[in-house]
Amino acid sequence: MEREKLIKRILTVTAISAAAGLLVLFNFIFDSYMLRIVNLAGIYITLALSLNLIYGFTGLFSLGHAGFMAIGAYTTALLTMSPAQKQMNFFLEPLVPWLANVEWSFFPALMVGGLLAAVTGFLIGAPALKLRDDYLAIATLGFAEIIRIVFTNMQSVTNGPLGLKGLPPYTNIWWTWGIAFVSILFMVYLFQGSYGRAFKAIREDEVAAEAMGINLFRHKMLSFTIGSFMAGVGGGLLGNLMGTIDPLMFRFLLAFNILLIVVLGGMGSITGTVISGIVITVLMEYLRFLDGPMDLLFFKTDGIPGLRMVIFSIMLMVVILFFQRGIMGNREFTWDFLFKPDRLKKNNVEGE
Amino acid sequence: MYILRTDNITMKFGGLVAVSNLNLEIRQNEIVGLIGPNGAGKTTAFNMITSQYTPTEGSIYFDNNDITNHKPYEITRLGIARTFQNIKLFKEMTVLENVLVGNHLRVKSPLIMSVLRSPRYKREEKHMIEKSMNLLKDLGLEESINEKAYSLPYGKQRRLEIARALATDPKLLLLDEPAAGMNPQESIELMSFIHEIREKFDLTIFLIEHTMQVVMGVCERIYVLDYGVTIAEGNPYEIQNNPKVIEAYLGVN
Repeated sequence: MEREKLIKRILTVTAISAAAGLLVLFNFIFDSYMLRIVNLAGIYITLALSLNLIYGFTGLFSLGHAGFMAIGAYTTALLTMSPAQKQMNFFLEPLVPWLANVEWSFFPALMVGGLLAAVTGFLIGAPALKLRDDYLAIATLGFAEIIRIVFTNMQSVTNGPLGLKGLPPYTNIWWTWGIAFVSILFMVYLFQGSYGRAFKAIREDEVAAEAMGINLFRHKMLSFTIGSFMAGVGGGLLGNLMGTIDPLMFRFLLAFNILLIVVLGGMGSITGTVISGIVITVLMEYLRFLDGPMDLLFFKTDGIPGLRMVIFSIMLMVVILFFQRGIMGNREFTWDFLFKPDRLKKNNVEGE
Repeated sequence: MYILRTDNITMKFGGLVAVSNLNLEIRQNEIVGLIGPNGAGKTTAFNMITSQYTPTEGSIYFDNNDITNHKPYEITRLGIARTFQNIKLFKEMTVLENVLVGNHLRVKSPLIMSVLRSPRYKREEKHMIEKSMNLLKDLGLEESINEKAYSLPYGKQRRLEIARALATDPKLLLLDEPAAGMNPQESIELMSFIHEIREKFDLTIFLIEHTMQVVMGVCERIYVLDYGVTIAEGNPYEIQNNPKVIEAYLGVN
């Protein structure tokens, strides 16, 4: 048993080093377009993990992610932009003085972005988490829209519908994948522990969980607030990667993309979220050629905008038809298959 | 002294009176039964004790504390655990995890320490795993610890629910139809099992049951409900010979 544990640990460390090595290699050989996709994948992993914590693991159907991301993105942007850059952006109405001259480095700005998102999550959660299922989804969706509308109208803080341009391009492969890695570790350890089990118990059966002495409201708030924090940090990374942000970016559609990654990967599976985060980000870009002009032997097109999404939707339907619970269901990747081949088979049969 | 006492509790759902003026008095270490025809209000009575429902009138005392307006999780913390008539396990979690969840209410480390694995949290985790394994052994479930709860046969699911309830360190255990779906052999085993856990965990047990063999064999005192009204109370012999009870169960010509 001890030996098995040691081998597993060595394998894990090797796998992580291999992944890090791959990132170094990507950083060297990829052009900026390809690197941007790698970065996006990292950010989407963090964002999807945060939604999986709330929805997949705790069973709280929340659609408010775009709102938390907006808070993270705007906070990080306003804290990291240089005063000169800010002056150029705010030509309609000057920026409030207490923000005009701050210029922080990236990490503290990200953390404050996350914390503000968490505080908002806490304030939204307090009334909304008394609701369940679809009602909770509608309430959180509404709150996210409120956040977006407030941002559109706070001209002197957010520059309103004009958005912010020229964000310092701090986001790089180390930030995106570093934070993705920390998020993965956090989730893995959380769900090996007692609080993670309590979250899952709430998802499985609220009445029974409460009868087990679990304070439902407190645990739901914990899950929701931590998820909001991670969403805020992800939003901050995304903003500085894009270089430009405006309120329209943070519409419901953005939350929907993240929901898609969670559902396709498997609700309640960290492994699934990581796999589908990478696959979906890469596919979204790779399938772009479908929108351009094509020359198939018997049929020529000058480019049909949106064909990419058609193909993408068909693929989605195929996956959902054949893997109703996502790629991984609620299982996780382990090294067990190397040690107990027969047990893995048995688990698979049960999983069907 | 009474461990559980209810003072004229009444539950009304709109115009329907599900339970009216129920007065229970349960002493330390007793095994008490609650019987009655279908729809008599037995589970409603349980739900009031565990605060799933707040009684329309009356109050409930546990260890001389008024618990009428407590939340269900607070009541579990005070020491009342229950099982459910329609089994409510955490289906997608393993057998061991189900019992570990029952330990969560005693965890003192905050969430962040469970992620960072502080020494105190590690001790807590180790302790709860040992305790859960012992409980599963006591209930004869040690061979299924890594199976998902939904994959267990019915009888084992019932036992797992009891193990999970015991993990919360209760003083009073409420069992809602523990013998439902069991064959006669399993029912007999259940009776000796109930006596065993009472001794071992120093419990008071209050149970709802339809299988008369179990009720009469295991309970020291019995309350009989019919249409929400308490029609009889006494030891099994008295209940068996009470004309009102016979009438409620068999009808009268």
